[in-house]
Amino acid sequence: MVYLVPLFPLLGFFLNGLFRNLSKSLVSIIGCGSILISFIISCILFFDVRSGGALPVHPLFPFINIASFKIDFAFQVDQLSSIFLLIITGVGFLIHVYSTSYMHEEKEEHFARYFSYLNLFVFSMLLLVLGANYVIMFIGWEGVGLCSYLLIGYWFKNDNYNYAATKAFVMNRIGDVGFLLGIFWLLSKLGTANFNDVFANVHQLSSTDITGITVLLFIGAMGKSAQIPLYTWLPDAMAGPTPVSALIHAATMVTAGIYMVARSNALYSLSAVAENLVAIVGIATALLAATIAIKQNDIKKVLAYSTVSQLGYMFLGLGVGAYTGAVFHVMTHAFFKALLFLGAGSVIHALHTQQDMRYMGGLKKYLPVTHITFLVACLAISGIPPFSGFFSKDEILAAAYSANPIYWVLGVIGAGMTAFYMFRLYATTFLGEFRGTDEQKNHLHESPLAITIPLLILAILAAIGGFVNVPEVFGGNAKLHEFLSPVITTEKTFQLTSSKDFMLMGISVAVAVIGIIIALAKYIKKPELGEPQGLGKVLANKWYVDEIYNALIVNPLSYLAIFFKNVIEKSGIDGFVNGVGTFVQYSSRRLRLVQNGKVGTYILLMVFSIVLLFVVFWNQTNIIDFFQKIF
Amino acid sequence: MPIQYYIVLAAALFCIGVVGVLIRRNAIIIFMSIELMLNSVNLMLVAFSKMHYALGNAANTGTPVNVGTDAQLFVFFIMVVAAAEVSVGLAIIVMMYRNIHSTDVNFLNRLKN
Repeated sequence: MVYLVPLFPLLGFFLNGLFRNLSKSLVSIIGCGSILISFIISCILFFDVRSGGALPVHPLFPFINIASFKIDFAFQVDQLSSIFLLIITGVGFLIHVYSTSYMHEEKEEHFARYFSYLNLFVFSMLLLVLGANYVIMFIGWEGVGLCSYLLIGYWFKNDNYNYAATKAFVMNRIGDVGFLLGIFWLLSKLGTANFNDVFANVHQLSSTDITGITVLLFIGAMGKSAQIPLYTWLPDAMAGPTPVSALIHAATMVTAGIYMVARSNALYSLSAVAENLVAIVGIATALLAATIAIKQNDIKKVLAYSTVSQLGYMFLGLGVGAYTGAVFHVMTHAFFKALLFLGAGSVIHALHTQQDMRYMGGLKKYLPVTHITFLVACLAISGIPPFSGFFSKDEILAAAYSANPIYWVLGVIGAGMTAFYMFRLYATTFLGEFRGTDEQKNHLHESPLAITIPLLILAILAAIGGFVNVPEVFGGNAKLHEFLSPVITTEKTFQLTSSKDFMLMGISVAVAVIGIIIALAKYIKKPELGEPQGLGKVLANKWYVDEIYNALIVNPLSYLAIFFKNVIEKSGIDGFVNGVGTFVQYSSRRLRLVQNGKVGTYILLMVFSIVLLFVVFWNQTNIIDFFQKIF
Repeated sequence: MPIQYYIVLAAALFCIGVVGVLIRRNAIIIFMSIELMLNSVNLMLVAFSKMHYALGNAANTGTPVNVGTDAQLFVFFIMVVAAAEVSVGLAIIVMMYRNIHSTDVNFLNRLKN
């Protein structure tokens, strides 16, 4: 049963990938249907787990089997992975349905290619969350990296897009090296990578080992989940089609790092160094990305930086020990971020590939469904009660407060910026007057049902998704905590008096509301966004991080590569290889003269050889001694 | 007579044969040199056979199995084989002379290519 979940997306990948001449409707049915079946099975598994606890781990076949060292290809379905299964297949299915309409103008073979990549993406992500050990997780980990490369570079005729795809791949690889080293370290110390065995034997590891392993694993998470310093690939990943961005940002890929750290909570909670590192990197990323998002003009870039920022919050939650809070935020974020991206896709679709917010505006009356759902998502991400983002973000912030009030202050500032840039986006896109060309204005239309229905479903989820984990101050019973407690064993408990809790919530909501009001007041009246000056220019250029990376790392490396190519290879390696060839040619030209056809010469050589053989034979002990002395 | 005399004689004959093969160009002389080497080996065979018979008798007081003549049987075989070989070889040389009117082996370097 468990194996069927990833099997169907894989089948969909093969069907669509191998038979690319199928009609578009058939491709859509295969692509969406496989994910739908997976979703249904995931639901069944979820209810199984809910009623009967984690399912036993059954190895499918031994993946590596060398003497005492054994790694099974096994899947593990427990509370944590079943929630991720639901998110991946559920949101993934909606994105697939959406794609059938969004990508409809593609040619048939590219349409099929798109859906096969999409299915492979979901398959890899399912492998990642289902794996019962770090090695299987790593296979999925690499798989999503590969699929993101394929999908970001989907329009492969554009060089910039290919560059963005390569950048994503390389950045991910840098992180993956850390992840791989972490696994090796773990294997060398414990001899097993199975989650259950590792977490049961944590006490065998010294504190140095734990810190080393967790930091290395976190480097992997930095790459995959776009944290400082490896975050720059995610905004560039906007080169792909919009539903792909939704899939990468909401359901798959970037949540992999969160999943991995939450899964390894037994390790992370034992290393204060790693916990602090995670928290600091998280909050720094949250703030940095939020500042950049304020000044971006591309609708998808704003959303991309907001994802980076929200991921920062999740890592902050993981770092301060609120593992459930982070998983909760992954869930709510999956809803509203998928909704935001799909809504942005709907807008871009209506405007015929216009992505610059400066040429939008006033879309409220042309795209009513998109507008309403987008507004819900903006409220949710800004943390306005009772939308889902409020509950999850508040849980992280409350945990951050009890760990260190500075984290909380910075987090609230970040939340205010989040509200500000989201409503700046909302105001410039949907409010005011339309600023595009007349031709675009005449063609403005609401998107078809395949686009609006996923939007509506996601809007409902984004609005009410927070109620699965209502905190106790509101009379809830924190169901998610209870549900996840078998897996997340090291959740830090903190006690805040309810008045203090309400005060913290009140402040963060108030800051968010202030951000919203400022944004609306500023951008409804005069939404013209000219070229930014001063600090704004620095922000619009993303703190020049890309330029710094290019100057410090990329360019020196390419100069080194040019040096190796022109000097070392030409004169060194080529010289050696060609020299061998020349030597053989020359010596064989000389040696050829020996074969002169005269019997006498042959016999002479033969006699000399025989004499030589006899001499060697009689003196073999001397000769062996001689060679032993030399070598 | 000590065995060394036979060895020296056989070695001398063999070397004469080798040198003859190497430096002469006339096919018939080369052939004769080969026969010379062959016969030097025959000489050694007979000599050693006789020597081991004598040593065996000295060590063993029982009745001798033979009188050291079994190598001579081999030698006769070798001579017969050599005679057969000579007949073939001479036939080749005759054919060679008919074709190129010479018995100089250096003319026969067409095998080279």
